[in-house]
Amino acid sequence: MTAAFSQRFVLPSRREDIEAATETVLAALDRLGYDKAAVFAVRLSLEEALANAVRHGNKDDARRHVTLLCEIGASEAVLDVQDEGEGFDPGMVPDPTAVENLDIPSGRGLMLIRSFMADVTVHPPGNRITMRYHRA
Amino acid sequence: MTSATSRLRVSESDGITRVEFVDRNILDEANIQQIGAEITRIVDSKTSPKVLISFTNVDHLSSAALGTLITINNRVRSKDGQLRLANIDPQIHEVFKITKLDKLFQIHEDTQQALASFK
Repeated sequence: MTAAFSQRFVLPSRREDIEAATETVLAALDRLGYDKAAVFAVRLSLEEALANAVRHGNKDDARRHVTLLCEIGASEAVLDVQDEGEGFDPGMVPDPTAVENLDIPSGRGLMLIRSFMADVTVHPPGNRITMRYHRA
Repeated sequence: MTSATSRLRVSESDGITRVEFVDRNILDEANIQQIGAEITRIVDSKTSPKVLISFTNVDHLSSAALGTLITINNRVRSKDGQLRLANIDPQIHEVFKITKLDKLFQIHEDTQQALASFK
């Protein structure tokens, strides 16, 4: 992919830094003509990945960083999020759509990312995720 | 019931509490916790609470916000109450469908339908 927008962010685990980076990525999508549905999908996935990185990976420790690599081209957007935590095994996350799990308040972030992105890879040991959105 | 720093607009009519969000994006963890605490206070202040949460003007919400809604739903049910959701943007409704939470919550297209559904 030839990226029309490419940026690497190294962010402290703080809401304001995460928000600023997210807004930069969304503005780039908008500038490159991605439609409302695409922006919704990328925003949701990026928010979930960054929230997981800050909360579960970096344990809300602002001294720990989240690295976001974003490349946006004409036909796809690739987002790579890495935290400084120990990682997790995505296979161990219970299916939140199972009837017995529906009223459990957590565990939906990764499934939403998988639903809205074309391709998702969680790299061992589980502290890095690569998400690809294919433009319709 | 609605303070200057509230994330909610709350009104009461015919025994039904109507709640709307101030924010277009319900993403920030601190705001979500505040929203959860505010609605929980409303639910806890009533016997058999009837609560309508309207998503008018809400553009985005996160899985943490879904989690808070589930916690509120559990609380309402434990008090033998009724919770309804309404006015959900189509893209957000898709999130409810993907997570199958459209099976857990009673979701209505608009406020009128939701109000009419209370027993």
